[in-house]
Amino acid sequence: MSASTPTTPVTKAGPAAEPQVLRPDRKKSRLHYNILGLLIAVVMAFPVYWLIVSALRPNQEIRSYDQTLWPSSITFDNFKRALNQPNFDTAVQSTLIVSLTAVIGGMVIATLAALAIGRFRFFGRKPLLVVLILVQMLPPTAMLIPIYAQLNAMGGLNEYWGLIALYLVTTLPFAVVMIRGFVVNIPVELEESAMVDGCTRFGAFMRVVFPLLAPGLAAASIFALVNAWNEYLFAYILMNDNDKYTLNVWLMTFTTERGTDYGALMAGSTLIALPVVVFFMIIQKKMATGLTSGAVKG
Amino acid sequence: MQRDKRKVSHVSAADTTKAAGAEIPVQTATTVTDRGPSSPDGTRRGPAQGSPRRTFKKGALLPYLLILPAIVAIAAVYAYPLVKTVILSFQDLGRRELWTGDDPPWVGFEQFTNILGDSEFWYVTGRTVLFMAVCVVLTMAIGLMVALLMQRLTTWVRLVLTVALIAAWSMPLMVAASIFRWLADSDYGLINTLIAKFAGEDFLGHNWFLNPWQGFAVIIALVVWGAIPFVAITLYAALTQVPAELEEAAQLDGANAFGVYRFVTWPVIKPVFIMVGTLSVIWDFNVFGQIWLLRGNKPEPEYETLGLYSYSKAFESTSFSQGSAIALITVLLLSGVAVYYVRQLIKTGEVE
Repeated sequence: MSASTPTTPVTKAGPAAEPQVLRPDRKKSRLHYNILGLLIAVVMAFPVYWLIVSALRPNQEIRSYDQTLWPSSITFDNFKRALNQPNFDTAVQSTLIVSLTAVIGGMVIATLAALAIGRFRFFGRKPLLVVLILVQMLPPTAMLIPIYAQLNAMGGLNEYWGLIALYLVTTLPFAVVMIRGFVVNIPVELEESAMVDGCTRFGAFMRVVFPLLAPGLAAASIFALVNAWNEYLFAYILMNDNDKYTLNVWLMTFTTERGTDYGALMAGSTLIALPVVVFFMIIQKKMATGLTSGAVKG
Repeated sequence: MQRDKRKVSHVSAADTTKAAGAEIPVQTATTVTDRGPSSPDGTRRGPAQGSPRRTFKKGALLPYLLILPAIVAIAAVYAYPLVKTVILSFQDLGRRELWTGDDPPWVGFEQFTNILGDSEFWYVTGRTVLFMAVCVVLTMAIGLMVALLMQRLTTWVRLVLTVALIAAWSMPLMVAASIFRWLADSDYGLINTLIAKFAGEDFLGHNWFLNPWQGFAVIIALVVWGAIPFVAITLYAALTQVPAELEEAAQLDGANAFGVYRFVTWPVIKPVFIMVGTLSVIWDFNVFGQIWLLRGNKPEPEYETLGLYSYSKAFESTSFSQGSAIALITVLLLSGVAVYYVRQLIKTGEVE
């Protein structure tokens, strides 16, 4: 982008607001935009609203030919039924074991690689970055078949470690690229001055780089956690036992041959989506600060 | 993992690739500082410039040690399966070989001649391309419109819209698919109720998935709904980089709204637009979960795109080699797009 970009986000709100005062006709056109904006917001948020409303409304309203936009009364019956669905507790357990282990392991490996890419000029650095970007574009089915065959041969089907290893590595490419973005934003001079003052390279990392990197690491871990939390295809194919299902696969058990218990399904879905929504709100802030801090520096 | 949404999914969707894309604006802003130490002449910052070289001499092995775990892990989970996919597609791995552990027989190009000679494969490919094209055009057009709109909104409306976009974006694919399946349910779905009530048509009990065109309309709605937030928010971030002075100057010089957009705004956001568009092509070509979940884990043949076709050949017909060969063809079809994407990244200084 051009050299003048850093200042524009700050001043953007100003000039946009000014003509409104100078030229009253602008105000009218802005009203149209606002109505359209609210309309789009309603459309985008509606499925989420429908999820929550369906989870909270009594079951006879769900099994009704006359769906109403507002529930007549609010009940937690659907949540009760969802929680009583077999294997909820084991599904929570499996999801936590698999995703937390994968994220922690993935972050350690990714940070090491990101430090190397962000701090050193070494032969093969650029090709490595390109590879990291390219592997993210592989279609999942291209990996599913060989991984299934390989885990089958190694006895890794229906075992946590197979899924953990898979999730750990699939978080690596974007985590490395993302953390590298934060590493290059930390001035080398800080590290150097710590080393001049007598820190070892490792000491400089622990005392200077790591604290500065922490917000970036948090954002990357949340991204990784959300991805592991949301994954269902490999979990469905690689895990066979009911008590090793992850939460997403557990959601599939609400659909049986006799039909789908939509009330309970929506309640279960709400429970699963809730942590993700919270995490997303946190990252969104992080992404925004990343954006602005980058702009101020550039 | 989840390459939908964009997705994510992926971001999906998705999800994982979401991160790479969402980062675009962050990265473009930092490339200036990023380049500093590596500049070959380095006259700008004398003492700092020498440091990477010094460390290179002192611990030439250190960076390699640091990337070693990542390389090993990626080789095991990405490179090896890719190689294995190539090998498998020249063999014949069926159920028997899978369970006995016998080496599958080599069959040369037989899998490929079978697949390419099968008219169904061409139907599926055509369907996948059409599906991808519709999804990408809708996503990019609506995404750009929402981004442009966001610029013109009052602050609180923009905030409301952003929250709505993030709420939609953060729905796990599995949950989003469940909601849309519920909305389009033949008996109690809201869509049928609304059509019956307002259009007066007898839509109660109407099954949206009997006719693949209607079924795909629901699936496309799900895909586009899930992808718009990422596209709109990324493009909006790019739009804030357009200097307001330039737009104002163009207006003063007599340019109309379209002229300002065409000659001032568009050139600035074009690189980001192209990159997001390329990512959308790749994600929507690889859409798997949305169709798979809306069709209750067992899509009918008329709902198969290349990914599902490969999956059903491998896991339903237990011909893993046929599935691998189809997956390999998909990878080859997409490699051109992927190379284009990486070239764009290199051009904008992303890979520095």
